[in-house]
Amino acid sequence: MEFDHIIIRYGELSTKKRNRKSFVDKMKSHIRWAIKDLKHAKVTSSRDRMYVLLNGEDHLEVIQRIKGVYGIQSLSPALKIGRDIEEVKTAALYYFEQLSKRPETFKITTRRSDKDYPYDTNEMNHLIGGHLLINNDGHLKVDVKNPDFNLRIEIRREAVYLTGEIIEGAGGLPFGSSGKAMLMLSGGIDSPVAGFLSMKRGLEVECIHFYSPPFTSERSKQKVIDLAHKLAEVNGTIKLHIVPFTDIQVLIQKQIPENYTMTSTRRLMLRIADAIREKNEGMAIITGESLGQVASQTLESMFAINEVTNTPILRPLITVDKTEIIAMAREMETLEISNQPFEDCCTVFTPASPKTKPRREKVNYYEGFVDFEPMIEKAVQDTETLRISGEKQDNVDETIEDLF
Amino acid sequence: MIYFDNSATTKPYPEVIESFAKVAGEYFGNPSSLHGLGASAERLLQKARKQIADLLHTTPSEIVFTSGGTEGNNLAIKGAVHAAAKNGNHIITTEMEHASVLETCRSLEQEGFEVTYLPVTKDGSIVLSDLIHAIREDTILVSIMHVNNEIGSIQPIEEIGRYLADFPKIMFHVDHVQGIGKVPLDFNKCHIDLCTMSGHKFHGLKGTGILYVRSHVKLSPLFTGGNQESKFRSGTENVAGIVAMAKALRMTLNKQNQASDVAEIRDYLMSELKKIEGVKINSPESGAPHIVNFSIPGIKSEVFIHALEESGIFASTTSACSSKNKAISETVLAMFHDLSRAESVIRISTSYENNLEEAKAVIQAVIEKMAKLQKVMR
Ligand SMILES: Cc1ncc(COP(=O)(O)O)c(C=O)c1O
Repeated sequence: MEFDHIIIRYGELSTKKRNRKSFVDKMKSHIRWAIKDLKHAKVTSSRDRMYVLLNGEDHLEVIQRIKGVYGIQSLSPALKIGRDIEEVKTAALYYFEQLSKRPETFKITTRRSDKDYPYDTNEMNHLIGGHLLINNDGHLKVDVKNPDFNLRIEIRREAVYLTGEIIEGAGGLPFGSSGKAMLMLSGGIDSPVAGFLSMKRGLEVECIHFYSPPFTSERSKQKVIDLAHKLAEVNGTIKLHIVPFTDIQVLIQKQIPENYTMTSTRRLMLRIADAIREKNEGMAIITGESLGQVASQTLESMFAINEVTNTPILRPLITVDKTEIIAMAREMETLEISNQPFEDCCTVFTPASPKTKPRREKVNYYEGFVDFEPMIEKAVQDTETLRISGEKQDNVDETIEDLF
Repeated sequence: MIYFDNSATTKPYPEVIESFAKVAGEYFGNPSSLHGLGASAERLLQKARKQIADLLHTTPSEIVFTSGGTEGNNLAIKGAVHAAAKNGNHIITTEMEHASVLETCRSLEQEGFEVTYLPVTKDGSIVLSDLIHAIREDTILVSIMHVNNEIGSIQPIEEIGRYLADFPKIMFHVDHVQGIGKVPLDFNKCHIDLCTMSGHKFHGLKGTGILYVRSHVKLSPLFTGGNQESKFRSGTENVAGIVAMAKALRMTLNKQNQASDVAEIRDYLMSELKKIEGVKINSPESGAPHIVNFSIPGIKSEVFIHALEESGIFASTTSACSSKNKAISETVLAMFHDLSRAESVIRISTSYENNLEEAKAVIQAVIEKMAKLQKVMR
């Protein structure tokens, strides 16, 4: 016996009537992307659901792949079988044995759209329920009010369908349905998580990274590329803008008093990010800031830094504790990459005692002695844009490919 | 030469040796070094980890590289019980494990842990109800091999895992050294916490191995030091061996997927051996597709192995490690309680490199050598 299809329910989509069709299409294409190498599986949709027809593909593999697609509220594997009652019994037991968690209580809900079927719904519930009880000697009870597992049997003219296990999906909105924003991706633990959360809310994300060789190594850049690669797995591809930042950073070190270098660095990064955003028609900037985590993330710092733009700055992690962020990073498989011990441009130049309460008038005063504008323009101009693929097999390194 | 001793070790694929030589020669940096040479070595290590994780349907952080099956089993068993000693001190394993599990358990008994050794049936398999009865309040580890290295019997790992899933305090370790590439095993479906594999059993190189450690499982390390391998195993990584192993695993699993001849060779060997008078088959019908174990009571294993070698056929007596110091197969003895059968054991183990012609030659040789030796021995 094999599962026939997987039922996909979408959550919040149902409330967004106007854009619904484009949302559904986006989601469908992401589901297709997630399972593209499972050649036989097909994706179809009806009015308020989507289906993956397995055609022999392993249902667990398919579920594993599409569980993470944003916009999906829940999933259920389903069996399609003949109308013979013995076959229904066998299938019910099979479904039961395939459950990821063994329930203690259950009930059966039968629906009959074919009224000629030899058993009515009550008889079906008894027959199938009894069969499950006999085969789970003593370990299982019926509970019609609040069962751990509700096996749904639907009797149609052409076939009988069984479903019931409900697997939670990722939730959120389909990728790209909320517009585009730029993510400041540092290589740390927080920013990739901020990126995932933003994508989950339907944002299309492009990444910006500040690169300062020789103060930061090729490896720290590679680490950011690896992180972008993970983010790209969500929908297949992501843009990564790599900004040459050495000259500006050197100038800041020369011009700005040490305890204000961090504030100034952040302000300049934000100005550059904003220029790149404008060029790429984004509407917001995303950061991984979390209130009070480091000196640059106090309210006073944000007040001083944020002065340089009125573009919305989205901070999905602003109220989230570090331990929770770490747990999310682990879940999203970026923790391991972020944890590699390479310096990024923020850590190398962090002064011994950065101001935790910088003041706007002071930073403006210090920055007033230099014209950063031409340097910002040059940095934007020289920015290298990579298109990072989310293909599982990364063929970036062709030279080493044949070693594997 | 007919090499039919693939359960002892396999011949590395030429492509695997090529990868090893190239990495060892050109990417010799220490993955922990900060410079470019270190970076490229680390990149290879990551890629190998990723490839192996994908092939095994796990995540890269669950893959720990070891020096082989023996270390993997030691790390899994000692590491798990030492980390969980506050939860209890009872271990369950079987009578027919590889020495690297049995001796590890015995050494833990010296430390004060209690061990239950489950008996095996004539099919070389444990009975689930024995396991169920052996479980106690203070059980912290169950260690059961997937495919037995001597006779090829397959343990009901999925059934066991499903049952153990209801006991969150009990870690489930599987010695998959003989199973990998031969008998599929779904780590998730079987609720496995720890799983040992060894590179040289699937055409990789000796001194390389994989221990799967499900995320959140706690292990206390055998080696302490530079905290490599998520602190589970300190020591500069054997990058060349690991890359070579990643390739060997990919090639082996590919061959496994292309419905191959191994099962056919085994069927042939089993049915032909059965026809020979005086031969007793020890492998169960439903065993792994690459191991055929039989006895010729009256002719000592060692004598027959050398006789086969005269015809260029390489087989073995019992498992390679025990065959040097012990003349009888404990496993066969435990299954059949028959001494003459246990001291005349021959194991033939094949791989995707073997073919039916070789199997035919082996049967021919068995018949001839038997006739010759039986004359002498009587
Ligand atoms: C079942 C089993 N476990 C463990 C081992 C030990 O593996 P290694 O030789 O890689 O230490 C072997 C190999 O003989 C084996 O057959």
